[in-house]
Amino acid sequence: MRVRPILVKGSEAIALGALAAGCRCYFGYPITPQNEIPELMARELPKRGGVFLQAESELAAVNMLLGAASTGVRAMTSSSSPGISLMAETFSYLAALELPAVIVNVSRGGPGLGGIEASQGDYFQATRGAGHGDYHFLVLAPSSIQEAYELTAKAFELAEKYRQPAMILTDALLGQMKEPLRPKKIRVREYPKDWALTGARGRPGRTLRSLFLGPGELRARNELLQRKYRAMRREVRAEVLYAEEADLFVVAFGSMARIVKEAVDVAREKGYPVAFVRPVTLFPFPETTFRKLSRAGVRFLVVELNCGQMVEDVKLSVCGRSEVESLALPPSDLPAPEDIYRRIKRCLVRKR
Amino acid sequence: MPRAKEVKAFTFPRVLTERTFHYCPGCHHGIAHRLLAEVIEELGVRERAYGVASIGCACFLYHYFDVDICEAPHGRACAAATGAKRARPELVVFTYQGDGDFAAIGLTESLHAAARGERITAIMINNTVYGMTGGQLSPTTLPGQRTTTTPEGRDPRIYGYPLKVAEILAAFPGVAFCARVAVNRPKRVLEAREALRKAFLAQIEDRGFGYVEFLSACPVNWKLDPVRAAEKVDELAETFPLGVFRDLS
Ligand SMILES: Cc1ncc(C[n+]2csc(CCOP(=O)(O)OP(=O)(O)O)c2C)c(N)n1
Repeated sequence: MRVRPILVKGSEAIALGALAAGCRCYFGYPITPQNEIPELMARELPKRGGVFLQAESELAAVNMLLGAASTGVRAMTSSSSPGISLMAETFSYLAALELPAVIVNVSRGGPGLGGIEASQGDYFQATRGAGHGDYHFLVLAPSSIQEAYELTAKAFELAEKYRQPAMILTDALLGQMKEPLRPKKIRVREYPKDWALTGARGRPGRTLRSLFLGPGELRARNELLQRKYRAMRREVRAEVLYAEEADLFVVAFGSMARIVKEAVDVAREKGYPVAFVRPVTLFPFPETTFRKLSRAGVRFLVVELNCGQMVEDVKLSVCGRSEVESLALPPSDLPAPEDIYRRIKRCLVRKR
Repeated sequence: MPRAKEVKAFTFPRVLTERTFHYCPGCHHGIAHRLLAEVIEELGVRERAYGVASIGCACFLYHYFDVDICEAPHGRACAAATGAKRARPELVVFTYQGDGDFAAIGLTESLHAAARGERITAIMINNTVYGMTGGQLSPTTLPGQRTTTTPEGRDPRIYGYPLKVAEILAAFPGVAFCARVAVNRPKRVLEAREALRKAFLAQIEDRGFGYVEFLSACPVNWKLDPVRAAEKVDELAETFPLGVFRDLS
């Protein structure tokens, strides 16, 4: 059966993706530009027997998420940059307690209160872990409204598969624009929840904890988490276009990738040997993809709506085999495809 | 069948594990733990119980209780408990927190959970100091009381006055039961047990938030022997009166 498309905002697509995945609990605190998510959840979740609760702060919201997730139900929170910063302490606990939970950051410009326009300034915060300790979130970055819907649903599945918090990192550009969405049925696989706190019926009490004081305990704990992060590499996703015989790979993620892709297409129409690379998983980063593309003589141009963050991951992946250049566009400065095209041309000229 | 007159004086609560407490001699956490275990057992909710372990001396709750227990970050126990209870309303959810946890870093989460009338039971162990970190000032430190960060005694002009949490919560419409108890005398131990029972019933009967504040001795940080520390709890009770402040049962 064909699903009729509907016209929705990116934020709404995220909320619909969560519902399609069977999200049962949503906790959040209002902040622009992501309020469509809680507003949609407030309308839809109670109808479906789920729970919507507006918390008194992002701190409370993410800890409600922790409590709900610990009982094994599918749960989510969403916020935007300053709110995500407030949640950072509990992010570390979610990872340490190995709780599957979905966190959405429809990020905005910073630092500080910054502005509410599109920005990718939270890349480090998302991929390095905003909280303390050696931990990571699984981070997915959609670049279309259809993908926002599907990746959000996927985030619930991966979170359960790895007992691991997953983040959708997007921004106001994707969050606020409208595009047709086919809200197709999504089957989210179930994984055993033999860790969930559901009441000790006929069994000993279970514990979810992160305090390990015994000799070697904490080390073992950290090693377990790191093994899991390595296993998560199986989930790496990237979109690569026109890789054959390209001299220049233009790299971008999320909403920025839309503008960059257009610029790459323009360049190719004019006959330039340019390719397009879009990491979809920001953690784990598609290192292997970059390693395979890199060789002497080719160049990477990393375009970001921030002061240059993902470029570091590209450099680490390319590991000196190719040149890597950064086109950093701090927030407020939304480029047109022509701006990027001009920069692509300059890159190619300088190479010759 | 036991004969009618035969009363068993002591049984070990099924809900407690047989692990030896790590608490310092004379600390009242041990008595509070036992009462909590007895009440969970008496109400028959062991298999529905969900505890939130907080930060502080009681963070090892899960070593002693054979029920499901989740750890929450410092102060956020009432928010985590809210999430668990909303996700699975059939669970009987409780938090077990120190005064620093409940009333300093976590005051917002605590008050809002109470204001919402969350169907949870919050237990605050008020020993007037931060026990685990070595006896620093807490929101409940008495005026004049010496702590490691108020070496000359708490000066209200600098640090203000003790926060009376039970009195604050008693005014909240969402709070169905609110009491302050002590366990430094046998009669008070029995009263404390009854208060805990009622605080759980408030949740089980879907009436609202249940709160029990224990005045508790902290001999090591008070620098008193266990007997003197137990006596000092009477002094605490002058600032923090014992009693039931709200009971909607
Ligand atoms: C965010 C954060 N800040 C500080 C601490 C350090 N810390 C551990 S226990 C504690 C105080 C606990 O005092 P209280 O809640 O009164 O419990 P008690 O130890 O007295 O039973 C503090 C401040 C922490 N664990 N996390």
